[in-house]
Amino acid sequence: MTHGNTIELHSLAIGYSNRHSVKTVAEGISDTIRSGELTCLLGENGAGKSTLLRTLSGFLPHLGGEITILGKPLSDYREKELATVIGVVLTEKTNLQNMTVTELVGMGRSPYTGFWGRLTDEDRRMVDEAMALVGIEALASRMVQTLSDGERQKVMIAKALAQKTPIIFLDEPTAFLDYPSKVEILHLLHRLSREMGKTIFLSTHDLELALQIADRLWLMARGSGVITGTPEDLALNGTLDRFFRRKGVAFEKQTGLYRIEPEYHSAVRLTGDEIACQMVRKALRRCGIDASAENDAPISIHAEPGRFVLREARGGEKVATSIAQLLEWL
Amino acid sequence: MKRPVAVGMILLGVSIVVLFFLNLLLGSVSVPASQVLKILFGGESNDIWQNIILKSRFPQALTALVAGAGLSVAGLQMQTVFRNPLAGPSVLGVSSGASLGVAFVVLLSGRIGGIALSRLGYMGEFAMTIAAIVGSLAIMALIVYVAQKVRGNVTLLIIGVMIGYVATAIIGVLKFFSAEEDVRAYVVWGLGSFARVSGGQVMTFVAIMAVLLPLSFLLVKTLNLLLLGDGYARNLGLNVSRARLWVIICAGVLVAVVTAYCGPISFLGLAVPHLCRGIFRTSDHRVLMPSSLLAGAALALLCNLIARLPGFEGALPVNSVTALIGAPVVAVVLFRRRKEDTAE
Repeated sequence: MTHGNTIELHSLAIGYSNRHSVKTVAEGISDTIRSGELTCLLGENGAGKSTLLRTLSGFLPHLGGEITILGKPLSDYREKELATVIGVVLTEKTNLQNMTVTELVGMGRSPYTGFWGRLTDEDRRMVDEAMALVGIEALASRMVQTLSDGERQKVMIAKALAQKTPIIFLDEPTAFLDYPSKVEILHLLHRLSREMGKTIFLSTHDLELALQIADRLWLMARGSGVITGTPEDLALNGTLDRFFRRKGVAFEKQTGLYRIEPEYHSAVRLTGDEIACQMVRKALRRCGIDASAENDAPISIHAEPGRFVLREARGGEKVATSIAQLLEWL
Repeated sequence: MKRPVAVGMILLGVSIVVLFFLNLLLGSVSVPASQVLKILFGGESNDIWQNIILKSRFPQALTALVAGAGLSVAGLQMQTVFRNPLAGPSVLGVSSGASLGVAFVVLLSGRIGGIALSRLGYMGEFAMTIAAIVGSLAIMALIVYVAQKVRGNVTLLIIGVMIGYVATAIIGVLKFFSAEEDVRAYVVWGLGSFARVSGGQVMTFVAIMAVLLPLSFLLVKTLNLLLLGDGYARNLGLNVSRARLWVIICAGVLVAVVTAYCGPISFLGLAVPHLCRGIFRTSDHRVLMPSSLLAGAALALLCNLIARLPGFEGALPVNSVTALIGAPVVAVVLFRRRKEDTAE
């Protein structure tokens, strides 16, 4: 697989301008987005994720710098031409009625159809192919208004695939979805980038998932530009830890993931079976109790599957059969 | 389930023919059906009957047909471009502009010149038509100007409605200072009628619409893309602001011409697109445009027929009939759709 640089940004400045004022959201963005990779754009609300996506899609003019797409400046593309290069999945909720899934996916063929927008057999084949790739063949004749949020999101992705563009931008495709659907959509996008060599660039708030699935991360913070790299590199050099540092959140370098870090108000000594210990530690952490074999605490717990022995300071001993029971005593 | 489109279109076509004939047949003077056919195909018949059919009922039916088609197509375009089911042909104040134009001619000329133009017979009619066209096109030009400055659809919609209110307010002021007969003439114009267009004017009206209606079909793909919302439409290669402008101009001119010849006809343009979406269960304008055109023509003929039914001597105001028929149609269609959606 060749990883070509499909999108090249050179000291790009983005934001909004009108006759009276210019509001710069971010500047000095210089990086490349490559084909065959899934790139995730992370950053808190207001950091300018949508602005960046809208600028790269050609919806907003950029304030400075250069955007080169497939070797040609973005501003040199004509509307019709750009429609065959970039496909988008947006956050704006379409209020479509009386349109089947097949018809909606078929709209993705618009840049190629003639004056009346009639689909040829070839177009129809591509629509079927796009629906098969996303796995929504079963929805083909459903009306769009009867779909769930996750199904609708997949339909819009199929639309973008039917558009046959080398680049796909998605603005928060996982928002409003339940957890399994989020995983499914991101897996799907990752697969598409690998199998079809597409350049996929998406914004998301699902940090944990992005860390596991993205080939590259773009971290965007208000006023500090964009930092990019593989999730692993960003973890090793401490960027991720700095970037999302908050009270109560800790970045675990071992796993490369974030976990909730409460303030501990007491400690216990914990010994026993490894998995049982992990579960007890997790439950106690939630209650603000630090549990570890190294702790020199008056209270100790010996955990085995189905048997949790609690030894108190005064020598009392109680045996719980579940973690719930154990928590009640503590 | 999608019903076969061709069948629906043919049924609409047949209903237009039937309703058109009924429009010729029924009225306060009864003319036998055989004689109606004979007159229609150029045969000799009773002079009075011939006059009634050719000089009154035929032009009236033709006007209703064309006006209904035009208003419905314009209504469909407005509903799509504003993505608002309550939008209609008059939503941008274009028909208020026509009313304003007519109000100036009818009310102000009487006040200033001593004699109202409306009392000048044929010349008065002509002046009113011109005034309505000038008024509505002026408002449309204003809307088009605003449309280029404003990005949001909702903002534009609200500005359109506000312009309509201002026009209505000015008319109110004009009415207050006018002679009673002039106000009455204006009110009668405001009731809308397919009967006002007479003789040669009918052919002018039909000819203008025969050019405008096919032109509006050129926007089919544009309208389909606009359904997806601005972002998606743009990503699929559509210049959204230019597209919006063309749709507004197209619908605006249609409404301006119809209003100039028939006065403001309410509800047809709002109801018919809903009716067609309900019948054909689609949002595809390749189906909705021709079906709205046909259904609009059929419904206008039906309304005209009801307004003129024997017993309502002197004819009911068409505007009341269109609202009485149109409002329940919209309600029933929306209600049924809701039930079907939840059943799926």
